[in-house]
Amino acid sequence: MATKAFQKIYTKLDAITKATVSLRAAGVSNDELATVEGRLAQVVKTKGDLVTLQVFAGTEGIPTNAEVSFHGEPPTLKVSEQLSGRFFNAYGKPIDGGPEVEGEERQVGGPSVNPYKRRQPSELIPTGIAGIDLNNTLVSGQKIPFFADPDQPYNQVMADVALRADVDKIVLGGMGLSNDDYLFFRHAFESAGALDKIVSFVNTTEEPPVERLLIPDMALAAAEYFAVDKNEKVLVLLTDMTLYADALSIVSNRMDQIPSKDSMPGSLYSDLAKIYEKAVQLPDGGSITIIAVTTLNDGDITHAIPDNTGYITEGQLFLRADSDTGKVIVDPFRSLSRLKQLVQGKKTREDHSQVMNAGVRLYADAQNAKTKLENGFDLSDYDLRCLDYAKDYAVELLSIDVNITIDEMLDTAWRLFAKHFKPEETGIKQALIDKYWKK
Amino acid sequence: MKTTGKVTGIVSNLVTVQVDGPVAENELCYINLGGTDLLAEVIKVNGDKASVQVFESTRGLRGGDSVEFLGKMLEATLGPGLLSSVYDGLQNDLTTMTGVFLKRGEYTDPLDHEKLWDFTPIAQPGDKVIAADWLGEVKEGWLPHKIMVPFSFKGTYTVKSVAPAGQYNIDATIATLVNEDGEDVAVTMTQRWPVKVAIKGYKEKPRPQKIMETGVRVIDTFNPIAEGGTGFIPGPFGCGKTVLQHAIAKQGEADVIVMAACGERANEVVEIFTEFPELIDPHTGRHLMERTTIICNTSNMPVAAREASVYTAMTICEYYRAMGLRCLLLADSTSRWAQALREMSNRMEELPGADAFPVDLSSIISNFYSRAGMVILNNGQTGAVTFIGTVSPAGGNLKEPVTESTKKAARCFYALEQNRADQKRYPAVNPIDSYSKYLEYPEIAAYLDEKIEKGWVEKVTRAKTMVLRGKEMADQINILGDDGVPMSYHETFWKSELIDFAFLQQDGFDPVDSLCPIERQRYMLDLILEICDRKFEFENYEQCSAYFKRLINTLRQMNYNKWGSDDFEKYRTQLNEILAENGN
Repeated sequence: MATKAFQKIYTKLDAITKATVSLRAAGVSNDELATVEGRLAQVVKTKGDLVTLQVFAGTEGIPTNAEVSFHGEPPTLKVSEQLSGRFFNAYGKPIDGGPEVEGEERQVGGPSVNPYKRRQPSELIPTGIAGIDLNNTLVSGQKIPFFADPDQPYNQVMADVALRADVDKIVLGGMGLSNDDYLFFRHAFESAGALDKIVSFVNTTEEPPVERLLIPDMALAAAEYFAVDKNEKVLVLLTDMTLYADALSIVSNRMDQIPSKDSMPGSLYSDLAKIYEKAVQLPDGGSITIIAVTTLNDGDITHAIPDNTGYITEGQLFLRADSDTGKVIVDPFRSLSRLKQLVQGKKTREDHSQVMNAGVRLYADAQNAKTKLENGFDLSDYDLRCLDYAKDYAVELLSIDVNITIDEMLDTAWRLFAKHFKPEETGIKQALIDKYWKK
Repeated sequence: MKTTGKVTGIVSNLVTVQVDGPVAENELCYINLGGTDLLAEVIKVNGDKASVQVFESTRGLRGGDSVEFLGKMLEATLGPGLLSSVYDGLQNDLTTMTGVFLKRGEYTDPLDHEKLWDFTPIAQPGDKVIAADWLGEVKEGWLPHKIMVPFSFKGTYTVKSVAPAGQYNIDATIATLVNEDGEDVAVTMTQRWPVKVAIKGYKEKPRPQKIMETGVRVIDTFNPIAEGGTGFIPGPFGCGKTVLQHAIAKQGEADVIVMAACGERANEVVEIFTEFPELIDPHTGRHLMERTTIICNTSNMPVAAREASVYTAMTICEYYRAMGLRCLLLADSTSRWAQALREMSNRMEELPGADAFPVDLSSIISNFYSRAGMVILNNGQTGAVTFIGTVSPAGGNLKEPVTESTKKAARCFYALEQNRADQKRYPAVNPIDSYSKYLEYPEIAAYLDEKIEKGWVEKVTRAKTMVLRGKEMADQINILGDDGVPMSYHETFWKSELIDFAFLQQDGFDPVDSLCPIERQRYMLDLILEICDRKFEFENYEQCSAYFKRLINTLRQMNYNKWGSDDFEKYRTQLNEILAENGN
């Protein structure tokens, strides 16, 4: 701490692992930061006078006589309007060549909102992507990840969603971003002319993995400043949470903790929940919405990371390549927005939920027809029409390159229904058929 | 003199304390962090070192910080005013906390000490009483809330005086008792009880003898839960666990509902706050919130308090049971509680069991489930705690320690299935894997014979067998193709679909269909079985499926309409017409 007149420096390490160092020191507080040979570290364990520090940048080259000094407080971030438009590293230091931010110094990873003080999320976040707006509508205060294999263009989709969403601030937390993806985000934000409403905290693959652990807390501390202090609508983008969880497992492994499923730490659920539950609709109008990315291994959602994530988040958006059309689509079966009913038909047109259900049901019928075809059974006339419909539906609505309003999505769906089906085959309420069926 | 100590080790929320005197397992202590007292609980003692789990974040705690032991275990405060409250896992009132964020070390009082209650005496001077005997009562909402001899009182007492009928706050002395040594003891409307100890104070705990109605057909008819029974709902995410639990909470035939939101999403609790005050209890016509207590320790709140939350909830249920009331405890999700145990066991570097859970997980779970049950009170009246927990199995795989341990402890199993959820067959309870052990109880079968109709259990078993047969036929049809199997396979398959669509599936969002009284369930099951017993003639499988789809549609329309209404009868007639076309 800067105000300390005398700062004790320790010079004898007792133990070193790849991610941690241990030494004897007195009066050290839990979670406080320290500097080990110029690298930032955090207290993770004390036992008597033996203190274990997690060294964010890794311990390569750290000698047993390394200089260690303690800062006396946990990680902090200086918050003010000056954060806007800036790029920072995991420690909150500028990486865009600009000056340090002046502002109030706040601890990151702070307390939770009293659940009784929360409000029910009710504001629609339109994205222009029909696979999201039509089938899995997003609501402010929601937390939802993209589940995608590493080869899917999830960062591009996320950037599109962020730039189209009607929010006051966007906070990007990049964990293990490739340098190319970092530059992509930077370019996308700059060319959209939206830089002034964006704050970015970035850890790239060139930087040590353990540093990533600080990114979500930093990003959410900035988000809380804008949502709580300024009553703004804030959208937080976290990519890639799988790499964050991997960093957690590295640290717990080095600390000799017993791993649970998929060599993840037993506390994975709580660790992830602490981040995602920062999503909130506040009583005074501010909100934090979190859109994250969880990369999958060959679509496997039973792995501990997507599995725990699924139990925490309010749905998931599943990206996959559609082999019939060559498009990347938002899979209507495996995607889900748990909060969609809070806005569908309330903030959108009355026919929204019926059109959504009919569209997905007919698409499911097409999948059954496809299975029949593959198994060599004869197809009925209905089956054939379903297959034609599925192609149109995938290209005009499910594909991630769609960018239209929700009314246009509904109109498109009605047009496709009329093109391929009879009204009674859609199962939509008669009153809505009478009003919207395209003759 | 109180035992004190100094912090000597910290790993996350596990803190080691060097103590200067005696400490008890599960004793509470306050750790002083720069003037803020953090509550913690002793979980292990080794020599003069006590390991304590802290119910708060330990950020900033230092070696050498002082600790004061409180000489008591974690207790719940019991008394009028518990209903319609919203507590955290340690029973802090969340509604009276200041500020948007939870503040570390902010502990609020669970009960209102100012509020006056209309007291009516029950006991008379001279009565001999023991713990849990009723001294008087107040009206809490519409429920008679008994003021009892505190559960912690040992031996027999003589009532010296009872306050006359009138208005009192919870701290007023409402009775004076004389103990066996001739000393006066004052009793107020409130008492405290350690949450990890079961409240006894009843004469006996017989086997359950009645069914608790939920209005959900797949539960009440196919897999009924007994009043005082136990059940659990495992299922992968997105299968409707929480929706099903909320349905049970809204419709369950119970006097008191305690919902423990244990390590789950905060927005789900917000949904309860937002919806419940609007909803009406279908059995009494009163607001649902008036009979509901919410214990809410969401996933981002401190992990140790998550473990405490289920015990706090159970203690409140047991308290109301001792008043002769029927209580329903819903815990969502017990897996998060087990994970809290795992995190702690891991930090204590205990040798782990399967999936790194503590080895005594199974006994902890069965111990907790055993606190449910129907009891006969000392005065001969009965009370019950019914417990339904959800389980969130990792990867949706039911072969994991929490599901397996719970399966040993709970008597009803409601298996939510991804496949059914994907097909939008809600509630996604698998009709074949799920079971209720209570159907095997002779006393329950006798009760159902009486309450519904003679031979009801056999009828249910017959319907279950038909569903199973239909599933086997579906497998054959999938392998051999629609044309590759005899017509009877299609008929059997479609009869099981009829049971599935018209009976097992239920629209939880429809005002009529969501709540199906047991008499109506009987009517529909009789009707459906009658159809399934008929022999039909079909020329081809397409005709068969088209015919059954019409039957299903008509039966579903009946489900959507008020029982006995004109529309209902209209569809009933339509059904007869369809039936007249084919079969006998």
